[in-house]
Amino acid sequence: MPMRLSILIAEDSPVDRMLLSTIVAKQGHRVLTAADGQEAVELFQEERPQLVLMDALMPVMDGFEAARRIKQLAGDELVPIIFLTSLTEHQALVSCLEAGGDDFIAKPYNPIILEAKIQAMHRLRRLQATVLEQRDLIARRNQQLLDEHRAAKAIFDKVAHAGCLSAPTIRFRQSPQALFNGDLLLAAQAPAGQMFVLLGDFTGHGLPAAIGAMPLAETFYGMAAKGYSSTDILREMNAKLKQILPVEMFCCATLLDIDPKQGSLRVWNGGLPDGYLIGAAGRRTALASRHLPLGVVSPAALDDKFEHYPLAPGDRLLLLSDGVVESRNANDELFGEQRLLAVLDANDDPARLFDEIEQALLDFHGQQHDDLSLVEVVVSPEVITMPSIAPATAHRSRPMDWSIRLELRADSLRSGNPLPSLLQILLQVNQLRSRVGEIYTVLGELYSNALEHGVLGLDSSLKCDADGFKHYYDLRQQRLQALVDGHVHLQLNIKTSPHGGRLRIGISDSGSGFDVSRALQAQFGSDRFSGRGLHLVRQLSDRFDWQSDGRGLSVEFAWQAEA
Amino acid sequence: MSNTHLDSAVLTTLQDVMESEYPALLDTFLADSEERVRLLRQACLADQSETLRRAAHSFKGSCSNMGATLLADLCQELESAAREENLAQAPALIESIEREFAIVGILFRAERQRHG
Repeated sequence: MPMRLSILIAEDSPVDRMLLSTIVAKQGHRVLTAADGQEAVELFQEERPQLVLMDALMPVMDGFEAARRIKQLAGDELVPIIFLTSLTEHQALVSCLEAGGDDFIAKPYNPIILEAKIQAMHRLRRLQATVLEQRDLIARRNQQLLDEHRAAKAIFDKVAHAGCLSAPTIRFRQSPQALFNGDLLLAAQAPAGQMFVLLGDFTGHGLPAAIGAMPLAETFYGMAAKGYSSTDILREMNAKLKQILPVEMFCCATLLDIDPKQGSLRVWNGGLPDGYLIGAAGRRTALASRHLPLGVVSPAALDDKFEHYPLAPGDRLLLLSDGVVESRNANDELFGEQRLLAVLDANDDPARLFDEIEQALLDFHGQQHDDLSLVEVVVSPEVITMPSIAPATAHRSRPMDWSIRLELRADSLRSGNPLPSLLQILLQVNQLRSRVGEIYTVLGELYSNALEHGVLGLDSSLKCDADGFKHYYDLRQQRLQALVDGHVHLQLNIKTSPHGGRLRIGISDSGSGFDVSRALQAQFGSDRFSGRGLHLVRQLSDRFDWQSDGRGLSVEFAWQAEA
Repeated sequence: MSNTHLDSAVLTTLQDVMESEYPALLDTFLADSEERVRLLRQACLADQSETLRRAAHSFKGSCSNMGATLLADLCQELESAAREENLAQAPALIESIEREFAIVGILFRAERQRHG
């Protein structure tokens, strides 16, 4: 069905103009006529015709100049210009094209050819209009998407940066759009002094990946702040993701549990490329993936076994997303693990390693590459002070006087960690909030001493080197699984008055006891892995006593009321 | 009325297209062409080869649309001569154009009468 168009005819010869306008009008189009280029441009501005038939040689302003101006006025809209010319002069044809001409028609005019060209140009016009419409639609949608991403990211950043990513010991490189690439980096300081770092990489991109990151971050930070162990956090994150993610989505992740005071590192890697533990002297240990990613297996089937490594101050931990090794440059070459290992091998100063990897990536890609995450943690003996986990309640505290006693027997020792629940109870005492980190550390030390050395009878001198370290934790696992008898007693006493108060922690176990004074002496020895952490307990608490048989310890925290 | 002066096929198409406006088209051509022949002569006398070329080109287009084949060919020759700035032949060519236009004029006036 031919379309009725509005067509401008610019032709100085009255005969040709008359003939052409009659032909075009008879074909059903609306005709506007101009006798020179200047008139044509003016008429175009006034009437905005959809197509122009333009003579090349005209007085006042020729067709070439008029065509240029009309194309400029039309902007993005396609206004086809068909030049009316004899097709013998090649130079003139070139000039027509240069001026923006879309087609030619020769004299004498043939009505059939003319109509065919008009309709062809009209189809082109419609195509162009559709393209423009879709372009604008895509641009609007894209803008909308970017706005939504910005809003989502602002919300997410509040959650994700609740932790200690800004700690001076952490360095990372992540695209601002990382959230929508499915990359996730979280770091939290636990009450007992460990630092937990999680690097995650969701399958898929865009909003679905970002949405999965939200509950993961909430779980991670919420549980870390409440003093849950890295194993508990890992189990909960896996269970949550398994529950909410569709089957084709999961999250490759490495969870680091860095305990500078114990000098130990626990690592769980499910599906991420090897991370690295790099000693101050440059010795490198790969932290390889040994598990399926988070969100794949059911809670019951999850293998939550962490690998243990000894840590010394100055050690570095390096984690990277598969965007690093799997990135491709403009020549479609893979960066690959070999290139990464070459950079690691060539490094002679671990402090410069992060920069060297970044430089290698930059050299390889020729520009910043966006779809990768890289994080480095330097092990520092200093504990980063935690922001208070819960704001102190405003009401005045009433005096308290209570005690609780807890006896954990074999099954509970195997499966649970009582400390987070105890921490929640202690947080009810407002005055303790400022010391909750120290108290948690002390509780942690006392509990692991009682369990590992007391109930399980493990010898801390095993942890004298990296192999011994691993052996120690394997033994711990074995004995815990095999445990039938044995218990740990924990008792908390709280007494407060308007003038102050005190917390007494008592702990005893079913083990054979140990020589406390000798263990305290050993703390000052050179062997930092074999201490029982008692020195730390004594340092952090206000009073430290022990039974002569070494099977029971007692620790006290005291405080004065604020003025 | 097919001869070297007028192409009868073109005239048939023109009648089809123009219908009742056909005589008006012939009138317009005759009046406009007299003016164009005058412009050719003037440009030649003033020795303006570019003006002459454009005028010849434009007249050629109208002639070809009107089926005045020989007249269009003569205009083409004049246009080429003017492009090469070879004005020596121009007066002779213009004379030929005037003579041919006189013939075409007679033929068109006859055509005009027939379609009164």
